[in-house]
Amino acid sequence: MSLNRRNILTGAAAAASAAMLPRVAMGADSVKLGSILDTSGIFDAYGTPMDMAMRLAVNEINAAGGLLGRQVEVVAYDTQSDMALYTQYGQRLTRQDQVDVVHGGILSASREAIRQTMRKTRTLYFYNVLYEGGVCDRNIFINGVTPAQQVEALVPYAMGKSGKAVYILAADYNYGQITARWIQKFVADNGGDAVGVDFFPLDVSDFGSTIAKIQTVGPDLVIAPLVGGAHLSFFRQWAAAGMKDRIPLASTTMGVGNEHKVLTPEEGNGIMVAYNYSQELDTPANNAFKERWSAAHGDSSLIHEIAVSNYQGVMTWAEAVRQAGSLDREAVIAALESDLSIDGPAGTVTVDPKTHHAVLDVHIMEVKDQGMRVIETLPQRQPIDTQAVCDLQANPDDNTQYEIQI
Amino acid sequence: MPGDLTRDAITITLVTGVLIWVLPLIVGTYTLTVLAIYGMLGLSLGLVWGFGGILCFGQAAFFGLGAYAYAIFAINIGESTVPMILAVLVPAVFAAFLGALMFYGRLGDVYLGVITLVVTLILFKVINSTAGPQYVIGNARLGGFNGIPGFPTLNVPGIPDAYIWGDRYFQVCAVLLGLVCMLVTALLRSSFGRIAVGIRENETRMSLMGYDVRARKTAMFAIGAAIAGLAGGLFANWAEIVTPNLFSLGQSAEIIIWCIVGGLGTRLGPVLGAAGLAYLKFLLGQQAVVDNALVTGLVLVLFVLFLPKGVVPALSALWRAGAGRRPRGRVRQRRRPPRRERLNG
Amino acid sequence: MDLYVVVLVEVLYGVASLILISAGLAIVFGMIKVINLAHGEFMMMGGYATITAVNLGVNVFVAMLVIAPVAVGLVGLVVERLVIRHLYGRLVDTMLATWGLSLFFIGLATMIFGNTTTGISTPIPGFAIGDYQVNGYNFFIIVAAALLLVAMLSVLKGTRAGLVARGTMQGPEMAAALGYSPDRIYMATFFCGSALSGLAGAILAPLVGLVPTSGGAYIAKAFITVIAGGPSLVAGLLSSASLFGVVNQAFTFATSPVIGEVALLVAAVVLLRILPQGVTGTFFKGKI
Repeated sequence: MSLNRRNILTGAAAAASAAMLPRVAMGADSVKLGSILDTSGIFDAYGTPMDMAMRLAVNEINAAGGLLGRQVEVVAYDTQSDMALYTQYGQRLTRQDQVDVVHGGILSASREAIRQTMRKTRTLYFYNVLYEGGVCDRNIFINGVTPAQQVEALVPYAMGKSGKAVYILAADYNYGQITARWIQKFVADNGGDAVGVDFFPLDVSDFGSTIAKIQTVGPDLVIAPLVGGAHLSFFRQWAAAGMKDRIPLASTTMGVGNEHKVLTPEEGNGIMVAYNYSQELDTPANNAFKERWSAAHGDSSLIHEIAVSNYQGVMTWAEAVRQAGSLDREAVIAALESDLSIDGPAGTVTVDPKTHHAVLDVHIMEVKDQGMRVIETLPQRQPIDTQAVCDLQANPDDNTQYEIQI
Repeated sequence: MPGDLTRDAITITLVTGVLIWVLPLIVGTYTLTVLAIYGMLGLSLGLVWGFGGILCFGQAAFFGLGAYAYAIFAINIGESTVPMILAVLVPAVFAAFLGALMFYGRLGDVYLGVITLVVTLILFKVINSTAGPQYVIGNARLGGFNGIPGFPTLNVPGIPDAYIWGDRYFQVCAVLLGLVCMLVTALLRSSFGRIAVGIRENETRMSLMGYDVRARKTAMFAIGAAIAGLAGGLFANWAEIVTPNLFSLGQSAEIIIWCIVGGLGTRLGPVLGAAGLAYLKFLLGQQAVVDNALVTGLVLVLFVLFLPKGVVPALSALWRAGAGRRPRGRVRQRRRPPRRERLNG
Repeated sequence: MDLYVVVLVEVLYGVASLILISAGLAIVFGMIKVINLAHGEFMMMGGYATITAVNLGVNVFVAMLVIAPVAVGLVGLVVERLVIRHLYGRLVDTMLATWGLSLFFIGLATMIFGNTTTGISTPIPGFAIGDYQVNGYNFFIIVAAALLLVAMLSVLKGTRAGLVARGTMQGPEMAAALGYSPDRIYMATFFCGSALSGLAGAILAPLVGLVPTSGGAYIAKAFITVIAGGPSLVAGLLSSASLFGVVNQAFTFATSPVIGEVALLVAAVVLLRILPQGVTGTFFKGKI
């Protein structure tokens, strides 16, 4: 947290001193990249590595000569895991700092808090996090996996390893609510039955009675889209009650904030997940990425799913600016919509022009000794859930988040 | 004392006018707006606690209710005039019910504190768990933890497209703060206000004199809630989002701290305390050497220990001593350690 | 049948954790009429003391049962000498000052440990009751709460120190005339209360993820339990914790944890409206 603020100050100081230099030395004004992330508070496990990834990407872009011959300057704000701060900093980024692009937002609540501000002020916005799908807005680009890319693959695998009766424990906000409905749908599609759904506010950390309640229902499988530091204690208490060997666990979020590295192997082993990235991916791109990360930040074990998403998001934007040859919003959007793709640490990421979502690889994995072991790789999955409802080519003025109806 | 009232009204108008003109030269209006809103919120508790003698640990509940009422009705109605009125009425009605429940039960001060605190917590927990699609009021999803973003903001009454924002919005908030100050002044000069102060000083005596203490306390409580609700509605417009955190205990604590630091039993104290401390917090938020909460907490402890009357009474006492003037017969309420001592009985 | 046992364990656990959460506050409020609103932060510090000690290689039970209470007790001692001492007899002022202290400690913990979630694993494995698996740590908490109540009762009723303490609370001048220093006794009481808060925070630490603001989750519950309990220390604590624990767990089982918490709070409002002197203000009068 403190790092961030200090960086803003030094950034400001640098900008001030740069302003005093002759124009020639500076080349031109810098390109401003706005970043808005929770780097403190109960979501810092998500935000801090995302911030590091963003800075790594920007440093690499600048080392390679910047964009359009100009250096990229980061304007970053720490929202301290407080949703109300998103609107404040979002307004500051767009109205006061007048940045060229905003990358950020972690929880879906935070994305919805600033999405309209970005749209109103015509500031290009990248949301680089796995989420519940359905956002249809020409001003936003999303490169995280959606339920059709993730849940649709995870549910049949997990049910195949356990059974038909599924109990869902979800975080009580838009992500958890909508994802729980997607899980119910895919469970039903696979001939199973959702025997229970419970929602937990993000500050709940005592799951004792819930664990007892789950046992009275007796499901074959528990799927847990739980979010944040407080919800981490579910996995601890589940293991402490000795439930881990009785009912298998799957999750759409566990590990996104490297939770599997905080849990002991006994607590984490065997939890089933599906993501775009794993540190254990043994590809040249990922190994090189980890080395660059170590060189920049030291410990590469901090890298996680949405840190890589954020890195890929910044790189996608940079590529689009290069192709467009301009920072103009329309030109950059046009470049992004021209089947633009980049090769990131987690494989190829292609922008889907219809939905502004991403086509990417998804891996089904199991937690093993604080790592994620890849079981099966599903290459280049389309965000078909959002494609089914959203077509920005046909309706460029669309501005809704479509939700699944059951 | 109508003459005094007129003079106060002129003073408030002049001061407000000058401040609206001068302050934006020093601080950005985006920040000033929220300072004015907090000033109004501080004043609401300053009235209820400082003059009514009711220590409310849940003033944030009325602030939050006002903000939510505005957001929900703005989404359903579209035009902002009616939602703004409802932002005042909903908390007032709620407070009238809650106040009646407490005051007609003749609850002691500590119990009053507990109940207001608990009610705030209940509101927080309930609103925080309404993320599901089934929790809808009209077209407005309550949204739980997400809060409600994207509602229509304040417009010129009758013209839904003419949004008031930026510098204009600051002026609106500042003028409203001035108006509320004037209303509070008028209220305190009225017999209702003087009896309220009498109740604060000695409830039994006033009750024996034939005043219905319970009804008067309930009314006072509701008026405070109405002002807090207005502040809440304005805050919703400023932040462009309402979240359950508006109901948090931290928010309630802050309002109490504003009053203590500014000075209880004065009108100016809570307003200045709120604006000053909120600005301090804003400045502290821009550096990373010391934590915000640490400083706020330390300020509160030091004030309770060394300056329990607050800044404004201390300064005015100093000024009076320096100028060699004696207090005159204005509504200068007697400063109040006695009341707080008596709470212990 | 097994299910009833499991439910019973969960209910007992709910009551026990309320007792643990409230004990420190109850002592300080019951004996010296100070409502310590920094109580939640004392618990938070107990949690951090435990986690820090465990990370330094100390046995988890030693950290929990010895290091945390002593460390937090000492913090309480400093707080009493610097702040509380000047405010005895001014209930509202002590509430405000301790509220300030609570913010201060949150800020301090944020600066030292960072605003991030930490935690340790529970040191006791789960075991089976019939077909059901139960968290073994719940039993530890139940036993700890029971021992705590017994200890409080026996110290207050059975020892000379307890007698002197109770005497001082009733008549400080008389105690002073008999040669006891009320100042010292207040200080010792506040130390004990703080140590108990630290102990509670330490015992609950393995169950929850700890952040500097964790204390806020406890203070309201503790406050409500103590006030609703009324003037008697042990009897009040036991009766209100039982009532709220049962209400909370019953609604949690029937619906969700949120409704459980709301039910607890509503029960508190109703109870205070009906019995404004707390449970022991009306029943069990004269008990400790």
